[in-house]
Amino acid sequence: MMSDAALASQVGGRADGPASPASPPTPRTASSGSQWRRVAIAAGFLAPALVFLGAFVVYPIIYTVIRSLFDKSGDGFVGFENYARMFTNDSTFTAIRNNVIWVIVAPAVCTILGLIFAVLADKVKWGTAFKLIVFMPMAISMLAAGVIFRSLFQENPELGAVNAGIVAVQNAFGGEAANFEGARARPDGPLVEDGGSIAGSDTVSPGDIQDFPLIGIRAGDVPEEATQVEAVGDPAGDAIAGSVFLDNIRGGGGTPGEIEDGKFGLPGITVHAVDGSGNVVASATTQADGSYVIEGLSDGDYVVALPATNFVAGGQGVSWLSSSFITSVIILSYVWIWAGFAMIMIASGLSAIDRSLQEAARTDGASEWKVFTKITAPLLAPVLVVVLVTLIINVLKIFDLVYVIPPGASKPAANVIAVEMWTVSFGGGNDQGLGSALAILLLLLVLPAMIINVRRLREEKRS
Amino acid sequence: MTAEATLRTRVKASSAETRAGQRPRTVGQKIVAFLGTTVVQVVLVVIALFWLVPSIGLFLSSLRSASDSGTSGWWTVFTAPTQLTLDNYANLLTNPTILGSIGNTILITVPTTLLVVLIGSLAGHALAWVQFPGRDWLFIAIVVLLAVPLQVALIPLAQLFGALGIFGSVLGVIIYHTAFGLPFAIFLMRNFFSQVPAELLEAARLDGASEFRIFRQVVLPLGLPAIASLAIFQFLWTWNDLLIALIFTNSGSQPLTVAIQSQLRQFGANIDVLSAGAFLSMIVPLIVFFAFQRYFVQALLAGSNK
Repeated sequence: MMSDAALASQVGGRADGPASPASPPTPRTASSGSQWRRVAIAAGFLAPALVFLGAFVVYPIIYTVIRSLFDKSGDGFVGFENYARMFTNDSTFTAIRNNVIWVIVAPAVCTILGLIFAVLADKVKWGTAFKLIVFMPMAISMLAAGVIFRSLFQENPELGAVNAGIVAVQNAFGGEAANFEGARARPDGPLVEDGGSIAGSDTVSPGDIQDFPLIGIRAGDVPEEATQVEAVGDPAGDAIAGSVFLDNIRGGGGTPGEIEDGKFGLPGITVHAVDGSGNVVASATTQADGSYVIEGLSDGDYVVALPATNFVAGGQGVSWLSSSFITSVIILSYVWIWAGFAMIMIASGLSAIDRSLQEAARTDGASEWKVFTKITAPLLAPVLVVVLVTLIINVLKIFDLVYVIPPGASKPAANVIAVEMWTVSFGGGNDQGLGSALAILLLLLVLPAMIINVRRLREEKRS
Repeated sequence: MTAEATLRTRVKASSAETRAGQRPRTVGQKIVAFLGTTVVQVVLVVIALFWLVPSIGLFLSSLRSASDSGTSGWWTVFTAPTQLTLDNYANLLTNPTILGSIGNTILITVPTTLLVVLIGSLAGHALAWVQFPGRDWLFIAIVVLLAVPLQVALIPLAQLFGALGIFGSVLGVIIYHTAFGLPFAIFLMRNFFSQVPAELLEAARLDGASEFRIFRQVVLPLGLPAIASLAIFQFLWTWNDLLIALIFTNSGSQPLTVAIQSQLRQFGANIDVLSAGAFLSMIVPLIVFFAFQRYFVQALLAGSNK
């Protein structure tokens, strides 16, 4: 890692140091050459750059502006219709809305984390190594980062590290969590469903049997230890017993509701005995063959119920890559990459700050928090602005991560402007009018950042 | 307790007193400070782990067979290290498509980096050291172009390159990257070159050296660290690009990133190819990063609006 002093001189240079003098000293001998000679020399030096910038940057911008006013094929002039369509078309509107979320969330999170990391790394001996670790993702492609995060957030806890961690924690604290997502009762059977829980439709008393024939469970969700369901014998006088089982026979056949060969018990399901006033008075867990016995019940009528927690995705792992979470996951991957950038920038800004100010405040008895909010943060403000503006420009154009991470089903929910622009103009949409309008929208969105940049340049000149 | 021991204890106690007197800190404050650094240490270790684990996971995935990856997570290698195999890499490195795409990545990245450095430093020199009317305006224009999203040129350049017959070749990608790399390059070079002491240029001018000679023999050698920064930044940028290559190359000219993304559709089934391919694409950037990161940092710090 380059020394902090070197970093400091770089960032210091942004504001007032030698890195960007407003106007370099004019050679006195310049007057000896005629102005035209100097123009010719400058033209010689600048020609390749001007050709490239003119032909491949400036001309395309103008072309795209004009193209955005024409229709799909480019023949018919449509005025601002493409721009109006952007906000009425569902998929483009989702893209714009997501971009807004991105711009609000991602730069702020990166900057805050970068600030925290930079301040903390300053306090330990291995701070340089820490910075290197956090900064490293900046070097790799967003494609590689996308592959990494898509694999981390796979739904199956056997495969996705994040869900594996969540399930491990759940199992450590919540015991073995059964999960039979999607389980339901047969509509005409002896059971009722209520708010996700499944209960017997009639009350039972101690000594009775209450079976739970369930359907709607994927074969893959039936655990390996599950065994053939057996009819339970009559329970004792203070107990209710029964079996919870999958009321299907693989390959078909069988009678609905009957316990017969080929049906499997569902182990690990929590069974509640609920009294007349709705209180759970006792509970039990089903065995490998799906049988349960609730003991210690006093006389009375009970409803036996399987609470909803048996059937919601708990131990299953969260579907991170589904439409609801996909944008959060992609933003997280962005933060993983760019927090290091914010940290490095802020760390160099921090080291440029005169330490004696903070020391003086500390000797005067100011708390660390006060030193930070009253001295460090205000002095750091210019750097924070640079980081935020840079990240906002960057986030607006975000493409690779959003192109790579979402699986097909959640692609529409994750959409952003740059991906939509690619899709409508190259990825099958073939509507270069709308594509051009989206590109110009991106350009318009970075305009404020351009203005800030030019202003900063002028301020440097004046100082 | 002997008299001697008592004496020693007393001496110790008194010296402790004087030390406590010299420093304002009480024992309680010391404990708080110690706990504080310990907490910071622990927090930083946890954060560092969060930042390391994703890459380590990818690396371990790339060393497991497709069937292992389909049934268990990469962390199981810690309990069953026999899973580890180099087969995925062997398969990739004997696959002509992948080998070709690695070649294409190099064919795109190296010329782009050279062009950007060359053209950018020429223009940077003119903006820093040649007085001509409109110079400041030109520099402002460069700063404005810094933030232009490269998406604005996709459609026109696709048509232009089509008309020129270079759509689908590495040449088009090189031109695109060079054009959009230049504003940053010029900005960076101009700022760094301005720091070269004016007396050196003056002396060379008095000796009658031509402007190009001054550039080559005075400014360029002194600006080498800046050029290294720019070269590394541009190298990584081009190497890691997906979007431009995705549109402007075909199956014969595609770089590694495009070749890998084509496997994304069957993510679960292709995780062996994807993880090994992704890690393969990371190796060169990581080597460059760790070898030259101070230059990379310098480039980011000096012009962070790309």
